[in-house]
Amino acid sequence: MAEQVVVRLEDVHKIYRTGEVDVHAVRGVSLEIGKGEFVAFMGSSGSGKSTLMNILGCLDRPSRGRYLLDGIDVSGLARDELADIRNHKLGFVFQSFNLLARTSARENVELPLLYGTHRLTSKELTARADKVLESVGLAGREAHHPSQLSGGQQQRVAIARALINEPEVVLADEPTGNLDSRTSAEIMGVFQSLNERGITIIMVTHEADIASYARRNIVMRDGLVQYDQPVKQRFSAAGEARKLSDSVALEVEAPT
Amino acid sequence: MKILSTLKIAFRALRRNKLRSVLTALGIIIGVGAVIAMVSIGNGAKSQVESQIASLGENVILIFSGSVTASGVHTGWGSAGTLKIEDAEAIRREVPGVVAVSDEIVSTGQVSAGNQNWFTRIYGESPEYFDIRKWPLEDGASFTAQDVRGANKVCVIGATTARQIFGSSSPLGQILRIKGVPFLITGVLTSKGLSPQGTDQDDIIIMPYTSAMKRVVGGTTLRGIDVQVGSPNDLDPAQQQITALLRQRHNIRPGRDDDFTVRNQQEIAETATATARVMTLLLAAIACVSLVVGGIGIMNIMLVSVTERTREIGVRLAVGAHGRDILTQFLIEAVTLSAIGGVIGILLGLGTSRLLSIFAHWPTLISIPSIVAAFFVSAAVGIFFGFYPAREAARLDPIEALRYE
Ligand SMILES: Nc1ncnc2c1ncn2[C@@H]1O[C@H](COP(=O)(O)OP(=O)(O)OP(=O)(O)O)[C@@H](O)[C@H]1O
Ligand SMILES: [Mg+2]
Repeated sequence: MAEQVVVRLEDVHKIYRTGEVDVHAVRGVSLEIGKGEFVAFMGSSGSGKSTLMNILGCLDRPSRGRYLLDGIDVSGLARDELADIRNHKLGFVFQSFNLLARTSARENVELPLLYGTHRLTSKELTARADKVLESVGLAGREAHHPSQLSGGQQQRVAIARALINEPEVVLADEPTGNLDSRTSAEIMGVFQSLNERGITIIMVTHEADIASYARRNIVMRDGLVQYDQPVKQRFSAAGEARKLSDSVALEVEAPT
Repeated sequence: MKILSTLKIAFRALRRNKLRSVLTALGIIIGVGAVIAMVSIGNGAKSQVESQIASLGENVILIFSGSVTASGVHTGWGSAGTLKIEDAEAIRREVPGVVAVSDEIVSTGQVSAGNQNWFTRIYGESPEYFDIRKWPLEDGASFTAQDVRGANKVCVIGATTARQIFGSSSPLGQILRIKGVPFLITGVLTSKGLSPQGTDQDDIIIMPYTSAMKRVVGGTTLRGIDVQVGSPNDLDPAQQQITALLRQRHNIRPGRDDDFTVRNQQEIAETATATARVMTLLLAAIACVSLVVGGIGIMNIMLVSVTERTREIGVRLAVGAHGRDILTQFLIEAVTLSAIGGVIGILLGLGTSRLLSIFAHWPTLISIPSIVAAFFVSAAVGIFFGFYPAREAARLDPIEALRYE
């Protein structure tokens, strides 16, 4: 492969030891994800997608096997070293947004910067957060609290938070799981434009049409990769949004 | 360390939970407030005792018959009957710096006038007594040296005694039967109030010591001698000379104990203020208990807060916080709460002691060291009780914390 490999898994296993039963959630996954890819993991519930995402996101360590991120073996790193990698190289988007309540969008977005190594003044923090918020289409909403924002807007704040440290990889576990189809299309639009800027995106989804926004689909089953194929008919967020708004417009215009 | 960032994070977290922050701080506010108020009450009592002792008179040396054992326990001051009128005269004559001397006899007894009876303290003194003790007459006149020489049956009475026997009518010129002997009342004393030990100083009858000896108490010995010197600098030399003089007069060989006790005002004050100091310590100890209770309150709320904010901690860990960042954040939150609580508590304590002195007329005295100590103790309480919850938070696993409902 000509392109640079960002993520490389070598026979990764994850075994949860809970009481008597050991749950073998991931049973030997090997794969490579290149720089600038847009990958969607699919598969039935319990197939190990989230487990794999946690490992990819350096939130968890594999029980067996190696994980090389940017050529560095991170499977044996200490807790704080993993935290630094999460802070510098990765961005997370969760299904349930996971924004801090009663905290403005701006302060939520600033959060990773507070744990980073840069020394920024309050003014610089604000400026950077506002710029990223603007890039996800939330200009003017900087001071709003999560409770004052719609689900889609909250997810945009979460994406902005994931982007603030200019990560190489953005990881999203069911980012549209709590959103309606129209808002989902908007979020996918944000992801696609990030991807066009060269950011690697790895997400998990249950919906086939959401997976069609990606370039590559990986289907998992019982802790193993079942299929791994490029997306043939790729959705473009702009096109889908137009279709959706056309249908809404038709409904609205119908009575006249 | 990214102290500034961590501070920022902690303050943001506190601001998000305003009501809880206030309630948590309340324990410390009350604890610190109690400490400040209690210490100010204790100090107030101490300074009141000191001013009462000052009201004994200035530059006064008191001599009692009988001695004090090595351990400081006295064996009935005045009961030993070792001081004589001649001793008082010798002091008057021979000790330089002495400006006034009063022979003192103390007894108690029944007094009556008409059909009113009253049991009171009976003092025999010299006319100088009223100067030494700075105790002017409210009405009438004191007895004189003439009365002392003649052992005349005259007396002055205290405000309480006057009220008990004569009610609102004037006792001046009335006859008072003291242990059956009729005395003419020549004066009424101004009110002195309670003594440091809590006795009513106005419940008293004072007569010439000669009259007390010959007509009421009997015997030829004095309970004590009150001496006044001209200036504070005279106190020590006068005290030494009195001791030497009395030892010589009483033929006490070197190495044997005195059969009398000499005390100056300073020493009496020290004993009395020691009592007040114990009271201050006791009050402060009780108040410290409430400070500890406040600290446990902080720990409790911080534990609840850590549990409740598990997801928040998960998010922070996920975006790159180290365990130490989380630990510092929660510690700073705890210390901020307790330190702010401490400051408010100090204000509350100051307010309370002010109100107590205005409305309950309790003497209070604010001490700066107690304020400074209260502030640092409350901050320390925050660190101490905040550490355990903070460590619990820092140990959380990011995935489990994120999944926490
Ligand atoms: N912390 C854990 N302890 C024990 N077992 C776990 C834990 N997390 C996941 N599992 C188990 O591992 C298996 C894979 O779980 P995982 O969450 O990765 O599935 P998933 O593909 O994300 O499913 P879904 O689509 O429902 O989110 C499941 O059988 C699950 O019960
Ligand atoms: Mg999952």
